[in-house]
Amino acid sequence: MIWLNVVIQGVLIGGFYALFACGLSLMFGVLKVINLAHGDIAVVAGYVAVFLTPHLHIPEVWSFLVVVPIFGLVGYVVQRTLIQKSIDRDPFTTLLVTFGLSVVIENLLLEIYSANGQSVNIGDLIAKSWHPASIIYVSYVSLGVLAVAVAVLGLLQLFLSRTGTGRLIRAVADDREAAQLSGANYRHIFGIAAAIAFATVALAGIAYGMMTQFAPTSGGVNLLFAFEAVVIGGIGSLWGTLIGGIALGVAQQFGAHFNPEYQILAGNVLFLVVLAIRPQGLFGRRTALA
Amino acid sequence: MSIVTPGAKQHGAPSVRRSSTSPIYTLVGALVLVILLTMAPWIVPAQASSTLMNFFILVIMATMWNLLAGYAGMVSIGQQAFIGLGAYATLYFALKGVNPFVTIPLSTLTCAVIAVPVTFLLFRLRGGYFAIATWVVSDTALLIIGAIPFLGGGTGKLMPGLQSLSPAQTAHYSYLATWIVALVVVTGTYLLLRSRLGLVLASIRDNEVAARSAGVNVQSARRLIFVIAAAGCGAAGAVLAISQPFIQPLSVFNIQWAAEMLFVSMIGGLGTIEGPIIGSILYFVLQQTLQQYGAWYLIIFGSLAVVVALWQPRGLWGAFRERFHGELLPVGYWLREPK
Repeated sequence: MIWLNVVIQGVLIGGFYALFACGLSLMFGVLKVINLAHGDIAVVAGYVAVFLTPHLHIPEVWSFLVVVPIFGLVGYVVQRTLIQKSIDRDPFTTLLVTFGLSVVIENLLLEIYSANGQSVNIGDLIAKSWHPASIIYVSYVSLGVLAVAVAVLGLLQLFLSRTGTGRLIRAVADDREAAQLSGANYRHIFGIAAAIAFATVALAGIAYGMMTQFAPTSGGVNLLFAFEAVVIGGIGSLWGTLIGGIALGVAQQFGAHFNPEYQILAGNVLFLVVLAIRPQGLFGRRTALA
Repeated sequence: MSIVTPGAKQHGAPSVRRSSTSPIYTLVGALVLVILLTMAPWIVPAQASSTLMNFFILVIMATMWNLLAGYAGMVSIGQQAFIGLGAYATLYFALKGVNPFVTIPLSTLTCAVIAVPVTFLLFRLRGGYFAIATWVVSDTALLIIGAIPFLGGGTGKLMPGLQSLSPAQTAHYSYLATWIVALVVVTGTYLLLRSRLGLVLASIRDNEVAARSAGVNVQSARRLIFVIAAAGCGAAGAVLAISQPFIQPLSVFNIQWAAEMLFVSMIGGLGTIEGPIIGSILYFVLQQTLQQYGAWYLIIFGSLAVVVALWQPRGLWGAFRERFHGELLPVGYWLREPK
């Protein structure tokens, strides 16, 4: 029963990792860019939800309705300006620029809002949980986040496979030059991919704030977990990312079961083992690698 | 040293030289600087020599990061792994009774040895994934070190072996140790880049496919550079551990080290020896001026780094070199057309 609980808690947190990671995975797949400020965008979304949306007289629980579309728009604009400019130089520059932005954002948040932990106020929902067996508690918030993650991944998959824009995104991801020759405006497509990435990670940031506390430095830690989920699941596979996130979550819970200090270490070890024996990840194709 | 082709003086033939200026000036200037900086603890106040020490540590780290990114094209945001491991190797040897100053080469070697297996994991990934994976490695190193009670666990431990010296002696010796490590690292990097390996790196940077087809073993050249950079950062960690004797995992494995080395090399000029040094000077001036305003110096410096990366990717020194064709520490060649 103890082990069942470990697995259940791992699956719940794994859903969150997948939600956090899907934008990272999409941006890499389409733009071939790793946004090192990905985690910090989520944290900024959390701060906007806590400190700015109350001014609009919107309860914090519903803040994502405003914040997520705004971040989508911001993502499009940032892509068409800063990120596109660095892509035009070379992939190397995108890493320098996004890492620079990450450090700047983190320290700005630190200066403005201090290092204190913040959380998105969701009333007494935070304490409620489903209690199916003696020691198993399933928090409603975590369950909700897992449901949202699965829904977002499903919608994203549908969007990519069924719609015209989705087809364009896949075309640009497969072969940018060929798509361009066929008349696709790849910069616009890049912008849309970035908009989706920013919107989903903003949603993840608010979800994080509902589940636990966040601080200016939370972005980096979550970027690491998201990245581990992507690599464990296999680069370039959305459902793989969900499985990767769950595998990571379960490994962390196993580690934490023995000693709370081992929680993150166990996840890192799983990541390094996967990298050593199956570098293409559980569901990835070898072509995604070097 | 400067003229490579013996027949260059012939009328009408283009000549190839290391630099457009005479190396004598650089050599004399460097000698004066070396003597002055060696004497510094006896000349300047203690506060200034401690600032200089931190400056040297930054120069070491930035030079190593520049070697990785500017010459071998590997963006690492996990070099703090080796700073931390260098610091902790020093602590470990000192706890075992070795004189802290003697541990510096030992810790450097330890980091190089650890880096070899790490490359076999990291080199499975490229570009951005490589970058984040280096961070995972440093996070893992931090968590493992933090779980070892002998090394003080998560709370840290005081560096033993320094208490027998007077505070003034400790300050002088650690200044000299830091200065010598910085001198060795910068000179070593300079000589390395003028060697055959430097030529190999330049060929990879300019065109990797062409370099491969010309018989360059790209992977092993990169591996060697990664190991050297790890050793250099290990040495920086070792002198850091001696200069601030209480060692804490969260401070020596801090990702801020990675941010500093990246910003400093970018602003100074990636792919030049002088760049990281100039960037470090600028960083210290800014940090000392804005000290009382918290993290603002880092925000300003980071924004400046982003601007430089987008609009002046060769950095300050690169811009200067393009305009004046001057070089202090030339590693490449200039082709001079006959008049």
